[in-house]
This record gives sequence, structure tokens and C-alpha cells, in this order.
Amino acid sequence: MNYKMIIHTLGRIFLVEAALLVIPMLVGILYGESNAAAFLIPMGLLLVIGAAAGIRAPKNTTIYAKEGLVIVAMAWILMSLFGAMPFVISGEIPRFVDAFFETVSGFTTTGASILPNVELLSQAMLFWRSFTHWVGGMGVLVFVMAVLPTTDGRAMHLMRAEVPGPTVGKLSSKLRDTAKILYGIYLLLTVTEVVLLLLGGMPLYDALIHSFGSAGTGGFSNKALSVGAYDSVYAEVVISVFMLLFGVNFNLYFLLLCRRFREALLSEELIAYLCVVGAAIVAITWNLTSLMYSFGTSLRYALFQVSSIITTTGYATTDFSSWPELSRAIMVLLMFFGACAGSTGGGLKIARVVILLKTAVQDVRHMIHPHAVSVVRFEKKPLDEKTFRSVHVYFVLYILLFGVSVLLLSLEHFDLITTFTAVASCLNNIGPGLELVGPMGNYSGFSDWGKLLLCWNMLLGRLEIYPILTMMVPLAWRRNRKKR
Amino acid sequence: MKIIIAGLGKVGRILTEQLVSDKHDVVVIDQNPDLVNDIVNIYDVLGVTGNCGCYSVQKEAFAGGADLLIATTSSDEINILACLVAKKIGTAHTIARIRNPEYEEQLRLMRSELGLSMVINPEEASARKIAQVLRFPSAMKLEQFSKARFELVEYRIEKENPLTGMKLSDLYQSFKVKVLIAAVVRNQKVLIPSGSQTLMQGDVIYVTAPPEELERFFRKLNLYKSTARNVMIVGASRMAYYLCKELRNLNARITVIDKDVKKCRELSIHHPEALVIQGDGADNELLLEEGLEGMDAFVALTGMDETNIILAMYASSVNAGKVVAKINRKSFSDLAEARGMVDSVVSTGSVTTEQILQYVRAMHNSMGSNIRTLHRIVDGKAEALEFYVDEGFPFAGIPLRNLKLKPNLLVVGIVRKNGQTLIPSGNDEIQVGDDVIVVTTNASLSDLRDICDKGRPL
Repeated sequence: MNYKMIIHTLGRIFLVEAALLVIPMLVGILYGESNAAAFLIPMGLLLVIGAAAGIRAPKNTTIYAKEGLVIVAMAWILMSLFGAMPFVISGEIPRFVDAFFETVSGFTTTGASILPNVELLSQAMLFWRSFTHWVGGMGVLVFVMAVLPTTDGRAMHLMRAEVPGPTVGKLSSKLRDTAKILYGIYLLLTVTEVVLLLLGGMPLYDALIHSFGSAGTGGFSNKALSVGAYDSVYAEVVISVFMLLFGVNFNLYFLLLCRRFREALLSEELIAYLCVVGAAIVAITWNLTSLMYSFGTSLRYALFQVSSIITTTGYATTDFSSWPELSRAIMVLLMFFGACAGSTGGGLKIARVVILLKTAVQDVRHMIHPHAVSVVRFEKKPLDEKTFRSVHVYFVLYILLFGVSVLLLSLEHFDLITTFTAVASCLNNIGPGLELVGPMGNYSGFSDWGKLLLCWNMLLGRLEIYPILTMMVPLAWRRNRKKR
Repeated sequence: MKIIIAGLGKVGRILTEQLVSDKHDVVVIDQNPDLVNDIVNIYDVLGVTGNCGCYSVQKEAFAGGADLLIATTSSDEINILACLVAKKIGTAHTIARIRNPEYEEQLRLMRSELGLSMVINPEEASARKIAQVLRFPSAMKLEQFSKARFELVEYRIEKENPLTGMKLSDLYQSFKVKVLIAAVVRNQKVLIPSGSQTLMQGDVIYVTAPPEELERFFRKLNLYKSTARNVMIVGASRMAYYLCKELRNLNARITVIDKDVKKCRELSIHHPEALVIQGDGADNELLLEEGLEGMDAFVALTGMDETNIILAMYASSVNAGKVVAKINRKSFSDLAEARGMVDSVVSTGSVTTEQILQYVRAMHNSMGSNIRTLHRIVDGKAEALEFYVDEGFPFAGIPLRNLKLKPNLLVVGIVRKNGQTLIPSGNDEIQVGDDVIVVTTNASLSDLRDICDKGRPL
């Protein structure tokens, strides 16, 4: 374990976070709010610690896979700790556990909140809350790689630990360029969404907040009723489309930029993703039309809610917790599907679901023809044993952690649906669940212990289990060399 | 530059390491996903798994937009195919490793007709390197310019050398040989000498001249007597075949020893002048019987690193001549050289890498300039550059005497359009169409017109 390099990298991340805190502070000053100090204190702390640790690189800058995993896990936890400070110092979320929950929920792009009424928060705090979504969506370390020069080629380990999906593809031969391309696409899409929302008559501040929320597939809003507060079909359609766009693998946008349209549009994962979205919308619209609303209203609600949940954003225009059972069941299932690999969304990822289904089909075929030789293909390429195995192991770990979390959260004495969907929603980085934690509810009812458990779930979900688990294994902390 | 490396063998991996540290955009291709994974984990490169001769695989590696493709897979044919495909989809330069001697005759054809920028034969390149060592036993390093029309030799002046205390302007008077001393290293400082410079004992000098002149120069210095006249080679490998060819030009008497009758026969067919002995090269009785003690040089070229090291050690214990061993494994060769067990170590991998890197660096430096080749000498403290003189050169036709050249810069050689080589004196002039070789410590020289102060001739 290269402790010096871990500390150095964390220091550099602190410096970046200090710079990021400037933006909400400026927003506060712009609105004439007196909470600049709440940002200055964590900023000062981050600058001092970051400068001490991050400016001089250690002699040995080599990081291996385990260092990469630990750096990423530590970075996300520490960033959330510092990111929670403004809320506490300003007194707007007085309890630290609550503030930490809110910040973890922000960075992991979950969007779960403990605030009964978000409209009581100051503009600067609301901005910071949503800005964490935008930063967390594409990943902090990817951002650090894009802006600061990386010292070692092995920094790939950092990216692999942070970018969701079973396999990580580089877009260009240099990691730094890859990070820049990713952030470029991200920024471009976000700006487009802001402009489109402005054209629909949304104020700039709200447009930014909602663009951050959908770009990171987070789901924090500055309205208690979420996007439903605007009651505007235009805004809903724009936000749904962009949520779906941010749920697509970013590599496909790069292919489009390279004018490789066929490859991008024929991506197996994209097609599966769109099929699931389409099927869910049709089913829910049918279910709602037959029981609750007119066809138009049903379609409108179904489109928005489905895109919100499958991309793991968590915006809502209606309380889907009160929908008929079939629709509720579909929504809960969608939570587990998640968005595409390499997007900003959470969940299991469509790619993994497709691979799991294909291997299951292959195994059934083996039952019938025990000696059949067949190869499972994904994205037109034969899957190698390693990817295969890692997807299966990931699924097992995911289900295992899910079960353990549900079991532990049941100690809180809530009904099973609340407990089950709270864990599902946090582990998949969505935000709202059903019943008490539904779109119109919040997480304030849980004890501190329950909130920390859910924070752990959110981090597990966003970083795809391994970094957080590695960090908890003592074996990973062993030194590489003897101390001299 | 965007560089694609196809094939991640020993050479591919060293190239990747070097080119990444030179800050190039590198994409690697190999059929073995484990090798690709491995290298992507260690270096900041893009990895593609697949056959590098396939159009789709190259497309995936963005070969269409690349500046250079280096094909170093184990198969000559795939290397050639990869270069062909790359060329067709718009890669600017291609380098192929081709080691089968049967293709040797058509190398020229392949370069011109198939558009390969460089063809490298590791065995031949290594053999040439060994030949160089044997040719100038006292030369430490040798570089070639203008398709070997000029050579640059690094040479240390030991005590009792006739050069000690000599003024450079008197050099021609005393030796009657046209050579030029391009750089002098004294106390780890590099001097680009003028005529008034005096040489001292312990100096390392860099001498340039056409090969014949250099040979005469070293003969005059009485250093040529130790040129290898009798050479013993153990191992009738492919490299031995090329080495015999190189040595034939030196009129050396060659003895080749190998256990394998077939290999012996084959070598004898190609090199009837060589004495081919069928026997165990590890048998010291045989070596002595064939006159190891009287040899000027001993070269161990068997397939086993260990055998070569031991053979070389044995040879140097009974014989004072030059001993060269082929050692492929890096750790072995470092050890053997450091312990002084062997005079010179040659490894095909490192020779190949060196040559390719030299090409890449020259290519990189010459992008947008008229540099032909670039050699870093004196551990990179000075550069020897070869320029092509194009139409726009403002100082063409002006005698060098009248040019106010920058300090620490020397025009060391001119190759005329007709191939005539020239060690320039003050009366000579640079003409359009010439190749000009310049040695300088000023690393930022990128254009020939920058050799004069502020671009003015006077």
C-alpha cells in the first residue's frame, strides 16, 4: 500500500473541492445571503490540508489496483464529510448526520433527502446541494484527472474504480484526454438542457438546479413538489428526455462525435435500454388509464416517472406511491435495472442485466443439449470468461448486500415496503422509494444509525461495491515494502 | 504523435514504455487480451484486442488518424499486412519487423511499392552492430548518417595517444586524413571545438568522416591493427548468417561452430568462404583445436543466454581478443556487462527498439521541419542533425567562412546531390539539394536557417 500516494491524491482532490465550494458561495453573495462564512471555513480547511498533502508528489507515485480502489472510496467519504460542513455551520441542517446524509446523497447522485421542506433552505445551500449531483455524476476523480496533470499511467485504476459499468473503455489513448472528452460531452449536454429549460420560461436558478439534478441523475430539486411544481408539460418532456440522455453510455456520444453512427445507434445496450423504457411506459400508461387518469395524463406521468426511475434520477411529478399495485411493482423493478454502463446513472446497469439474461438463456440451452458449444455475445463481441464471471460475482454481492441492508434497516420498525424500497432506492442511487420514503415523503424518520446505513448503501451503489468493500478489508491496507 | 504498436512481445512492450514516457499517444494492439490488459494497467495507453492485420481492428484503434504504425508481431506476414492496411486507411508512416531472410531481397520493393517507411530485421541489425564493434575495436559507439555515407565515432583518448596535445588545426597536417572532430567531452562538459582547440588525455572525442576516411584515420593512429581478422562464431543462427555477410566485407577469416549439421550445411551454402565446423561449441577442447587462442574476436550466438555468457567468459579467459555475446534477457546482459565478463553484449530486442525509437524521435522532431535524422550524442547533451537543403535556403552558395554561425555549432559534413561526401572547410559552401550534418549543443535547432545568428549570414 502506497500510503504517501494515497494521501497525495486525496490532497489534490481536497484542493479541487475547495475550488468547487467557491461557486455556491458566489451564488449566496449574488442573492445577498449572509452565509459566505459557512463555505469559507470548510474551504480554508480543505486548502490547508490539500496544500500540505497535495502539492509535493512523493517519490514513488506508483498506484496499483488496491490503491486505486482505496483512494476512490476514501475520496468520496472525505469529500462528503467536508461537503456537509456548510449545511451545519450555517445552521440550516443543524445535525451533522443529517447534513452528511444529504451530502452523500448529493455526491452519489441519489437525491434522497431528510428535509421535510426544501424550500426553507437558502439559495446558496440549495445550489451546493444540487451542484454535488453534477460533480458526483461524472465522478470527482475523473474531474481531477481532467484538470490536473496525472503523474502515472496507472491512474487508470482510479478511473476504473469510479466510472460505473462492467468494463471501462478509454476513448483516447491518454487518460487525461479521455477525462476531458467525457467532461466536455457532459458539460455540453448540461448547457443544452439549461438553455432548453430557459426557453420554456423556467427561471435561470431553477433551470440550473434541475439540469444539475438530471445531468448527474441525482434528483434534488429546489421545490417541495419536485418538477411537479411547475406543472408544465414542456419542462417535464425536456427533463425526461435529458434524464434518458444522461442514462446512455457516454462512449456512444463519443462514437457519434467520431461520426460512427451505425456503431452508436446499433449498440445492444442502448436498444435494450430503450426497449425497457418503452415497455414500462406502455404498461404503466395502460394500467393508469384503466384505473385512474385520462390517457393523456397517464402517458405524461408514465413517461416522466419511468425515465426518472430507470435513470435513477428520482424526480417526480406525481406521487407514484399511490399508484395501483402493478405500476408500483414495475417502478420497483425498474429501480434495480438502472441506466446504461458508463452513464451517470446507478443501479445494476442494463449491460449487466443483459449479460445475466443471456448467460441464463445459454445455461437453459445447456440443460437441453448438454454438449452444445455456444458463445455468449455482447455488443457483437464474444464475452470472455472474466467479464462473465465478474458480472455474476457483482450480482451476487449486490443481492447479498441488499439483503443484509434490508435486514439491518428492519430494526427501525418501519413497514416492509418502506424498508425494502428505502434500501433499493439508496443502493441504486435513485432517491424516492414507496410509502414513507415515497416521492412526497422523506428520510427524516430514520434514526442516525439508519441514516448512516443508508449512506453506506448509497456509496456502495455509486462506486459499484468494490471500492467500499476493499477499503473495509484489512488485507488491502498492508504495506508493499518493509518499513526502513 | 499518435502511434500504434501492433504486437506486444518483448520489443512491443519496451517500445510502449519508451514512447509513453516520450509523451506520445499510444494505442496497442494484440491478440492476447491478457497482454493488452496488462499493459493498459501499467501504462497510459489505449488497448485493442484483435488481429492487427484486420481492417476493423485497426479502425477501432483509430489507425486512420495515426501518424505511425509499428508492427512487431511474431509473424512477418501479419506485420506486412498490418502495414499495408494501415497505409490504405491513411496512416502516415509504417514500420514493420521482418526477420525472414527469404524476404531480404524484396525489402527494397516492399519499401517503395508497399509504402513501408522502415523495415527492420532484428537479426540483421544486431549482426551489423556486432560487426561495428568488431570493426572498430576501440570505438565505443558509432552512428551513421546519410545512409551510412557518414559515420560518427565516439573515442576516448587514453595515455600515450598521438592525439594528446594536438591542436585541431594541425590534425590534417600530421595525419593527412580528412576527418573532423565534432565534439569533445572534457570533465563531463561538452565542447564544440574550433581549430585552436588542443586535445588532452582523457578527452572523449566524437570524430566524423566517411567510413573509408575514418578507417584510415584509425589506421594512422595504430588502432586498426586490432581489427578482427580472425573471428570465431559459435551458433550458426540467423544472426550468424548476417554477421558472416557483414564480416565478408571486412575480409575477415570466419570460423563458425554449430552442433546441428543442417544448420552448418545451410550456412556453408550461403557463405562458402567461412570455415564451418560441426561440433559442440561448449566443448572447450574443440574450441582450442580450432584456434580460439589465436582469434581476434569471439562471438557467442547460440540460442541460450546462459550458454552464451559462459562461452564468452571462457573465451575471455584464454584469449585477449574481443568477446561479444548475444544475451536477450535484460537482467542477464546488465549483469554480464557490469561484471566485465563480456566486452560487448548484443540483444536483438534492444537493438530493434533502439533503431525504431531513433526513427520515431527523428520523425517527431522533423515534423514541420526539414530534419532528416537526429542523433542524441554524449548522453543527450548534444545533437547531431541531418538537414535537407531546400529551395528557400538563404545562405546557399556562401562560403562557410563568411557565415556567422551560432556558438557551439559545427557543420560537420555535406553530402552533395550526386552522393559526393565532403568534410567542409571554410571555403566550402552549402548548396540547394545537399544533405548537411550539423552538431550542436543547442537542443532547439529545428531548421537549417537557424544555424546563423539571428538568421543573418554576416
